[in-house]
Amino acid sequence: MSRIEGLFARENPSIIGFTVAGDPGIEASFRVAKTMIDAGVDLLEIAIPYSDPVADGPVIERAHARALRAGTTPDDAFALVRQVRNYAPALPLVLFTYYNIIHRRGPDRFFAEAAAAGADGVLIVDLPVEESGEVAPSAARHGIDRIALIAPTTSPERQHAILREASGFVYLISLEGVTGERDRLPPNLAGLVGAVREKTDLPLAVGFGVSRPEHVRTVAEAGANGVIVGSALVRLIEEHIDDEAAMHEALRTAIIALRGGLVPRSRT
Amino acid sequence: MTAGRYGVYGGQYVPETLMSALIELEETYGRVLTDPEFSRRLGWYLHEYAGRETPLTYCENLSRDLGCRVYLKREDLLHGGAHKLNNTLGQALMAKFMGKRRLIAETGAGQHGVATAIAGATLGLPVEVYMGEVDTRRQALNVFRMELLGARVIPVASGSRTLKDAINAAMRDWVANLRETHYLLGSCVGPHPFPRIVRDFQSVIGEEARRQVLEREGRLPDTVVACVGGGSNAIGIFYPFVNDDVALVGVEAGGEGLDTARHGASLSRGSVGVFQGALSYLLQDDDGQALETHSIAAGLDHPSVGPEHAMLKDSGRVRYEAVTDAEALAAFRHLSRTEGIIPALESAHAVAYAFREAENLDRDGILIINLSGRGDKDVADVAKLPRGAP
Repeated sequence: MSRIEGLFARENPSIIGFTVAGDPGIEASFRVAKTMIDAGVDLLEIAIPYSDPVADGPVIERAHARALRAGTTPDDAFALVRQVRNYAPALPLVLFTYYNIIHRRGPDRFFAEAAAAGADGVLIVDLPVEESGEVAPSAARHGIDRIALIAPTTSPERQHAILREASGFVYLISLEGVTGERDRLPPNLAGLVGAVREKTDLPLAVGFGVSRPEHVRTVAEAGANGVIVGSALVRLIEEHIDDEAAMHEALRTAIIALRGGLVPRSRT
Repeated sequence: MTAGRYGVYGGQYVPETLMSALIELEETYGRVLTDPEFSRRLGWYLHEYAGRETPLTYCENLSRDLGCRVYLKREDLLHGGAHKLNNTLGQALMAKFMGKRRLIAETGAGQHGVATAIAGATLGLPVEVYMGEVDTRRQALNVFRMELLGARVIPVASGSRTLKDAINAAMRDWVANLRETHYLLGSCVGPHPFPRIVRDFQSVIGEEARRQVLEREGRLPDTVVACVGGGSNAIGIFYPFVNDDVALVGVEAGGEGLDTARHGASLSRGSVGVFQGALSYLLQDDDGQALETHSIAAGLDHPSVGPEHAMLKDSGRVRYEAVTDAEALAAFRHLSRTEGIIPALESAHAVAYAFREAENLDRDGILIINLSGRGDKDVADVAKLPRGAP
């Protein structure tokens, strides 16, 4: 059983944390990951910083820019994955990337390096299923799950096509928009989760806009297996950029509070 | 592989949320292409409102200087002062047919923003234009012009604060509002079907030029020259000549020189990469990060180029060259003095290259330069340069 499968076989919905490799600095980035893991994230998404992150809202966009200013390269992101893997051997790790990073290295080299570093999955935010033939053989060869994205605007036909290709878990985009915190989640969330649930046995994780303990509860009650929290954590790095101790305390407190939003769900 | 490929280039490299909008756009476009009511209304706007057709002007003085027969395709005389309106009228009308209630656009120099504001005003659609903060300062007059036309200009403070960041910001807006909003992309870049739509709406330039030169000269030209940033005016004039025995030359921004890091010549100096939704040539580093670019012409200051140009480069059908800021500025002044026509700094790149290309032509050789826009927007900036400076 893979680490991702092992995680979702557990009883409670999972908290999935997100951080940009190299934010706020190359070395400090590992300390951020460590704090998130110690505070209880069940899976960590590590983004490779990119110059033009069009799917991201302003908070995560600024994190990409901070990491690039710190000189972070894809090599540094792989090194971070390796460090995190050594620190937390059982923790599922997913690399989050824009496609040109992969295209530039060549898919085979990219997935080989991801696997060697200890990543379990790769999520390519700007590679829709129609283009995914360019990476599918390499991902399979190196045993990496390709985490698929489904949006509220994805038609049922495309949902089927996407789910045929997906492995690991499915990332459900909760809303029409870019990443970033929202006051409330869209009212049709349970409908989206239910519609996709009918088509697949893969675990479903919900992201985009999820930032508060009550959102976590809503997502769990909608029947999702995981909750992805990105901007709400990245914002804490930015807010405490000059005080690392306070940054770590804020991250720890936030993750514990988010975990508190989880309601126990009985095994079916 | 998705539809919308030019050779290997193009495609749809976008977040999942956008795919439904691209599919809707492709379907609508297919429908309006064969809708006589759409053709009739677009024809009316182009002819009665925008002032098509534009002249193909024989330039006696420039011909003497270059030693061949030089024509200018006068897109500078189109309403708004640049070729951009061909595309914005087409897409804004399409947005009406799709039932969209709002237009958004990106702009670099401001010409596409102005053209979108014009189309939105006449068709009754509210317009919001994303513009890099740096560009809002470089092109303050166009900001005022857009506001006068009723558009809202939103300065973009992220990244390099220029055109590429304005496109990113517009795409983010579109992802969040795609049910009611049409993203009116201004060049033949981005995901399918944008490169095709923009090329089709701009091809009116080449269709007219081809007919006009046949009427005047009784034969096709030897060479057609156009500047290339994203490449919409170039693809517009080239496309109807692609199957003819006519040399086609695209002129990129050489900035401070192709051997420096400060230029915008993605075809001459870039490598293949995915950027803003399409596979094309891209100025990027070894890791795939887009590089910051430079040109004296804001409209050419962009790290990538339309995918159809990438294909035309590889096939050799179009030759791509570059001229420096200094050469473009010299041409800007030369055309103003000798013909009484102040070109946009973007278009001045094509004029500058014509001086080099003319060496290959004899006195009867025919050269067409696409004068894609007028230079009023650049006059204040050029006036600030030290006297006699390039």
